[in-house]
Amino acid sequence: MSNRLLEGIRDGGQLKIAAAGAWIAENARDLEALIDGETVREGAIARVDIDMGRVERLDTFGAWLLERLVRTFSARGCETRITGLKEDYRALVDEVRGVKPEEKSTARGSRVAHFLASVGFSLVSVGRSFAAFVNMIGALSVAFARVLTRPRSFRFTSMVHQLDNVGWRAVPIIVLITFLIGCIIAQQGIFHFRKFGADIYVVDMVGILVLREIGVLIVTIMVAGRSGSAYTAELGSMKMREEIDALRTMGFDPIEVLVLPRIVALIIGVPILTFLGSMAALYGGGLVCWLYGGIDPDVYIQRLKEAISLDTFKVGMIKAPFMALVIGAVACVEGLAVKGSAESLGLQTTASVVESIFLVIVLDGCFAIFFASIGL
Amino acid sequence: MASGNGKEVVIEVRDLVVGFGDHIVLDHVDLDVYRGEILGFVGGSGAGKSVLMRTIIGLLPKKSGSIRVFGVDLAMASDAERQAVERRWGVLFQQGALFSSLTVRENLQFPIREHLQVSQQLLDELAIAKLEMVGLDASVLQKFPSELSGGMTKRVALARALALDPEIVFLDEPTSGLDPIGAGDFDSLIVTLQRTLGLTVFMVTHDLDSLHTVCDRIAVLADHKVIATGTMDTMLASEHPWLRAYFHGKRSRAGTQSEAAPKA
Repeated sequence: MSNRLLEGIRDGGQLKIAAAGAWIAENARDLEALIDGETVREGAIARVDIDMGRVERLDTFGAWLLERLVRTFSARGCETRITGLKEDYRALVDEVRGVKPEEKSTARGSRVAHFLASVGFSLVSVGRSFAAFVNMIGALSVAFARVLTRPRSFRFTSMVHQLDNVGWRAVPIIVLITFLIGCIIAQQGIFHFRKFGADIYVVDMVGILVLREIGVLIVTIMVAGRSGSAYTAELGSMKMREEIDALRTMGFDPIEVLVLPRIVALIIGVPILTFLGSMAALYGGGLVCWLYGGIDPDVYIQRLKEAISLDTFKVGMIKAPFMALVIGAVACVEGLAVKGSAESLGLQTTASVVESIFLVIVLDGCFAIFFASIGL
Repeated sequence: MASGNGKEVVIEVRDLVVGFGDHIVLDHVDLDVYRGEILGFVGGSGAGKSVLMRTIIGLLPKKSGSIRVFGVDLAMASDAERQAVERRWGVLFQQGALFSSLTVRENLQFPIREHLQVSQQLLDELAIAKLEMVGLDASVLQKFPSELSGGMTKRVALARALALDPEIVFLDEPTSGLDPIGAGDFDSLIVTLQRTLGLTVFMVTHDLDSLHTVCDRIAVLADHKVIATGTMDTMLASEHPWLRAYFHGKRSRAGTQSEAAPKA
């Protein structure tokens, strides 16, 4: 069937092309192959006659392919003529005649230069995001100072709403996960300590590990994934729809209206979640010690009292608000950096979660060094 | 529906009821669209013009009634039949609805690439051809939708709607948000394309100038029904209070003209 779309008959220096059938999108693939087949004919061709008389349907695809046929032969110096074109199709064929081909950009550097350029770009972007983070902390401090002088301007309702989202609604999942982590630590401890007959030291390990490190880390990583990403997506889509520009034109500072309540909510919420999470982990650890390790709850609590001090608990809790600040600031910086496209929203949300988890762990390391040097 | 005069009906809406919950938006609506015409569809804001358009193209469910496009009842059609019909129409959404993560070139090539197996060279050439048809050129090919102005977005979106050479195009307020010159250009573009490609155009619009200059026929939606269809002259002659308010209001050229020279 496809053969009938186009048939070329060679007659000395003359080529007669008879077109027929439906020159439409569905046949574009076959038609293109046929046309390219005609144009690669060897030898000198002085004249090309294209008879379009038997073409029943023509759309943009067909019209363009006809134009391509004409252009290719014209470029070879042939005299090209189209005959029998239906009056209805003339406008369309004339329309595509004016199409100018795209100028191909040929600028392509070497692979090494490309690699170096991409390294440079990433370094610059790391620097930029650090600057943006510092900038956000500065803007937050200014907004906070302004709110301190005019406490009534603080968006209390908004803060409570955010606290409900990031704190209260996060309680079940955080408690469940930290409980399981507590269980796992205790089980692993018992399994290995039993070899040395040092079962009871599992309680020391669970207590110190959970209160100093694991509790706060697990909670902040969860919050970064759960609430940090939500902040970025919320602010990002508000940015996309010019809502943030609208706020600005009404004389409001977006940092004060949108960012400050969110970050204050995190700073309040994360320590509470850390406390609940640590308790859940200790409970889980105790449960496993009792059921799997045969350590009575009374003994567990007694041993816990000896192993940990108030300082152990304080070390964990002090870190929580700082980590909340980092998560919140990173999430808001990334949210405000969203550009027009849906893809950019996705990229910034990913960046927000990755960066805040990374920074939380780095910060935890800094705190460990600090507490060690002051002897806590 | 008097103006049938033997022309082929490409969209046939009968007894259509559409609503959300208890709220009825379209109440037993009838509408015919004939092949090769430009139908302007008007009605007050929130009257349900876009709802009818979205119901015809299958984005909203209907409560009862039938919609036939090219003689195919889309509610009864198999997936393959449905797809075949969908390939024969193009839709220009109000905000353009260009894919924001794809460049203009990829936006234009997307429907062609998905539906037809053609070479990359032909895809590239066609993208330029389509762009030139809507009055743009190859310089915007590499741009992302967020880098385009409002008028350019509409043009690129129209080019994408025309990518597969559809027989019907649905335009949802094509000239809204354009300046009068841009809107005028867009109107003449639609007429030119309609002539060259033999399109049937279903145009939801508020632009009285578009209705005057472009549309062959106008359908009016008010009180949840299509209350009138016909040419501009029929609309101007009508005594229906809503039509009088719409076509003879302060903002209509007909209104100002008829005040200046009542009854020529």
